[in-house]
Amino acid sequence: MDITITQEQAGSECKLSLSGEMSIYTAAELKPRLLAYLRDAQLLSMDLSEVSELDTAGLQLLWLCQQDAAITGKTFAITGTSAAVMESITLLRLEAAFGMQPV
Amino acid sequence: MEEMEHIREMFIDESLDLLQEMESALNQLKAAPENAEMLNLVFRAAHTIKGSAGLFGDDGYDAIVSFTHTVENVLAQVRSGERACDDDLILTLLDCRDHIESLIEQLNIDDASSSQELVQQGQGLLVQLAGSTVLPPLEQDTEDNTTLVQGVSGRVAVNAYWHISLRFGENVLRNGMDPLSFLRYLSSLGDIVELVSLFSLPGSTIMDPESCYLGLELQLDSDADQATLMSVFEFVADECQIYIIPPHSDLHEYVLLINDLDQESSELGSVLVRCGALTQDELAHVLDPPQPLNQLVLPVAEPKLLDSELSASNIPDNEPDLSSQAIAPKNISANVPEHKRQESRSLRVDAHKLDQLINLVGELVIAGANTSLLAKQNGDPELVESSAAVSLLVEEIRGLSLHLRMIPIDETFKRFHRVVREISRDLDKDIRLKIEGGETELDKGVVEKISDPLMHLVRNAIDHGIEAKEDRIGKGKPAAGTITLRAYYDSGSIVIEVCDDGGGIDPAKVRTKAIESELISAEHTLSEKEILRLILEAGLTTKTTVSDLSGRGVGMDVVKRNIEALQGSIEVESEVGEGSLLRLRLPLTLSIIDGFAVGVGASSYVIPLDAVIECIEYNEQHSKNGNYVNLRGEILPFINLRQQFKESHIDVKQRNIVVVQSGEQKAGFVVDQLQGELQTVIKPLSKIFSHLSGISGSTILGSGEVAMILDVPALIREAETRRSPCHVGCEEVVP
Repeated sequence: MDITITQEQAGSECKLSLSGEMSIYTAAELKPRLLAYLRDAQLLSMDLSEVSELDTAGLQLLWLCQQDAAITGKTFAITGTSAAVMESITLLRLEAAFGMQPV
Repeated sequence: MEEMEHIREMFIDESLDLLQEMESALNQLKAAPENAEMLNLVFRAAHTIKGSAGLFGDDGYDAIVSFTHTVENVLAQVRSGERACDDDLILTLLDCRDHIESLIEQLNIDDASSSQELVQQGQGLLVQLAGSTVLPPLEQDTEDNTTLVQGVSGRVAVNAYWHISLRFGENVLRNGMDPLSFLRYLSSLGDIVELVSLFSLPGSTIMDPESCYLGLELQLDSDADQATLMSVFEFVADECQIYIIPPHSDLHEYVLLINDLDQESSELGSVLVRCGALTQDELAHVLDPPQPLNQLVLPVAEPKLLDSELSASNIPDNEPDLSSQAIAPKNISANVPEHKRQESRSLRVDAHKLDQLINLVGELVIAGANTSLLAKQNGDPELVESSAAVSLLVEEIRGLSLHLRMIPIDETFKRFHRVVREISRDLDKDIRLKIEGGETELDKGVVEKISDPLMHLVRNAIDHGIEAKEDRIGKGKPAAGTITLRAYYDSGSIVIEVCDDGGGIDPAKVRTKAIESELISAEHTLSEKEILRLILEAGLTTKTTVSDLSGRGVGMDVVKRNIEALQGSIEVESEVGEGSLLRLRLPLTLSIIDGFAVGVGASSYVIPLDAVIECIEYNEQHSKNGNYVNLRGEILPFINLRQQFKESHIDVKQRNIVVVQSGEQKAGFVVDQLQGELQTVIKPLSKIFSHLSGISGSTILGSGEVAMILDVPALIREAETRRSPCHVGCEEVVP
């Protein structure tokens, strides 16, 4: 039940790669970290292709990032997804909300 | 297997509790049929019982599930306004509740014949439930338009799918569940045609990553029935708002939905239109219906709406600065009735553990007393002070822990509504039950033990006390008789009265019967009070016909014995033609008392402090008058404890009379020394000592000495008897 974040900075774009579970078990740990990245970047992109599980808590965090970015005038994007991630997003019909094409 | 047994017991226990709640809620509904809170209570109780029963796979449980299921459906209709909640329905529901109780109790018995009876009873009730109103079929056949119902608004939605509205409770994730899994399960029951996710996240600082802020509006194409769909969400039903609206429902359903949900109605309305639940036109009708809408609940947080047309740039325009809003998480609990919330603040505690705790506290009291005594003897001021502080704390703990075992007597009293209802129905009498002082609390152990005696007294009142309707009218009384159950505190005891406005007890009849049954001889003159007390003796009944319930003459003495076993007493009052009153007095606590220690001879005795009124000086003159004193104009009989308990004589400068009271009667105890107040634990006497009259228990004093606790009522009776004329001349004069 671990989550690791790898960060790559490219100018004002902060590229994050997440690996592991984005779930109720890691949500508390993830929230402040993600918000911190968002605070420091103008554009935050997340590659979730190594995320093994995305549950409601995880989806809420993604939503939070999206919402927070919108308020503060930043940009948030999801650049890669795993099968598990897509399944959850599709279940809640959130593809459009996260700027993805429905599968 | 043992575990199964345990789970089964738990189910039965909890279901019976729920059924009690249901009964009380139904009674309240009878008085106020519009009380939505009570209706919800009944619904939830039925729902929970059904859900739990469904976990077992057994036949007996299936019967419970299916019966409760039907009841639940009827309740759902009442809730949505499709069915009126009239008196008849409530009476039928009460009967259904009784039936469910019988079904549950049946689980403990395995009697084929009684279960056959139950099945028939159940069938009968189901027919009654169907009633004369047209029930909309719950299995909606969406192709058959002829089953559409003209509901409250008279207009039916075009929506051919089930509309499900979900607002998950904030603790759903913490409790180990995930909305996604519910959705996956739901998809197995049909096709989710449309789904709109609603996140109502507060600002990022406040947002709790482990709370759930998710709501869903979805359209489901399914052949399943409402109950099946509701059961999907069984495990979270208690903490979430769930609305399942069948296809082609009356638009009123959507009005209710919009009213109930914590969301701005036009926003929710547009979601409903977007997902196809309502047409634009229907929405207009719902938002602005002919009848006035109920007060809308103010939105707690602005929900985020998903809309492919809404671009990211729209969002900052539409919403206020969320981080500055003081937002409380979704207030799902607002839906839970007040008293239910309070109930969840209580715990189920194993009574045995509580007893252990109280025992320990008792030992603590004794040990503390010992310490205090030693400290006083030692004399060190700091030690004395510290020991006093400990004593104070111990006293507080004592008070609190005893209080833990106290429950309001209302729980017992309320059960009698049903008894009165049934028996008066059987006897064709019209009887109302009034309850006063239900909030009076007493020890759980005592409550359990007085239940049966009280039952007997109430049955007596119904059977013998209240007259038949015609008789009452003939006497100028109201046709409906009243039985009152009253409880109150009186000087350290709890008093429970059972009184009726019936025919009263005729002392002449009692006397005759008593002579017949050879309880008294014909020459015996007794006061009216004493005659009335005779009804508590075995073998006495003035009822000429013996009914199933009472009249066999073996009840009242058992009642008396039970009450006396609890260190209590019974008083009888009656007036012919007016009614009768039976008064039970019980000590408030069975284990720890405040006492007043006295020295008699070489021993110490403890008098329950509540019984002590005052102390007066005793001198030789007193005994010359025949064992009574003039206490400010009142005659006070007294007994000499040294004589009573055959203690040795000791020389004291000044003896005292401790004046005690029990109920209406006073007496004095002559003692050698006054030793002061103390808290003490009552140790019951073993059977060997049961013949000792005047002693109700023993205790250990701080000094380690054993002291007997006096049975004040018994001794007062002794003092009274001694005083009466036939005993004069048989007394020893106190030296």
